[in-house]
Amino acid sequence: MVRLLAMGLGLFALWLLLSGLFKPLLIGLGVLSCAITMAIAHRMGIFKRTVGTPRQSVVKFTTYLGWLAIEIAKSNWAVSKVILARSLSLQQSLFNVPTSQQSDLGKVLFANSITLTPGTITVETEDGSFLTHALTDDAADMDALAEMDSRVTAIEHQDGDA
Amino acid sequence: MSIFDIVISGLSWISIVSGSIFLIIGATGIIRFPDFWSRLHAAAIVDSAGAGLLLFGMALQAGLTFVTVKLVLIGVFLLITGPTATHAVANAAFVSGSRPLGDKSGKPVVPADVIDPPLPPEMPTNLSEDLTSKT
Repeated sequence: MVRLLAMGLGLFALWLLLSGLFKPLLIGLGVLSCAITMAIAHRMGIFKRTVGTPRQSVVKFTTYLGWLAIEIAKSNWAVSKVILARSLSLQQSLFNVPTSQQSDLGKVLFANSITLTPGTITVETEDGSFLTHALTDDAADMDALAEMDSRVTAIEHQDGDA
Repeated sequence: MSIFDIVISGLSWISIVSGSIFLIIGATGIIRFPDFWSRLHAAAIVDSAGAGLLLFGMALQAGLTFVTVKLVLIGVFLLITGPTATHAVANAAFVSGSRPLGDKSGKPVVPADVIDPPLPPEMPTNLSEDLTSKT
């Protein structure tokens, strides 16, 4: 119940932030839509399950996002060079990337990080590995993917082996 | 106009212009690349570098206002939905049997152990019959 109310307050804060208007009609509509959302969430039983509580530390996560941004910039540059090269030289491949995350959230983070980086796309998730498609041999760099894997696992396991 | 304003607006224009250039590069890639799989990667450039730099440039133009908060929210949603959509499309193509084009060297593109993926469970094709028979 506390989490449901917290979600409602958060939703209403988002409404105020995005509308920026404080007319009674708009506030009323905001309250109404937050109430409807809370009712639906309550009916769906979202907060009865005990999954999906992110326990990552904000600092570690932000550090990871910064590192990921640099990786994305580097591979953007690499793929741009492939596109603009006078003769196209693609070496496409599908291969398995071993994963070491325990939680679903960690797996989602790793798979999305792979896909977000141009040059590699997660195609299929299996237990312990992701099937990944790479545009060129340079993009299919197992060392870089292993580093990303260990960085994601590091933020996942920061609070005493969750 | 102080030196600070000049630097900020210069940075903003640099990122807007370079973001636009990345959009053009991505569009060029979508046209030039030979098959579905490589075109996904060109689209990823539009998503990450193009949209990211444009949003960053616009946020610099807007300064510390509500507009910037909204731009940041747009960026966050793009970061989550972009790769999810790309994965969904790639996964659907893989499951339905599409495979990337090989290069001229004849190197196998797909390793032997992933050629035949486990197909998803069959959807019930006689769903409507079941529903009508129960009523």
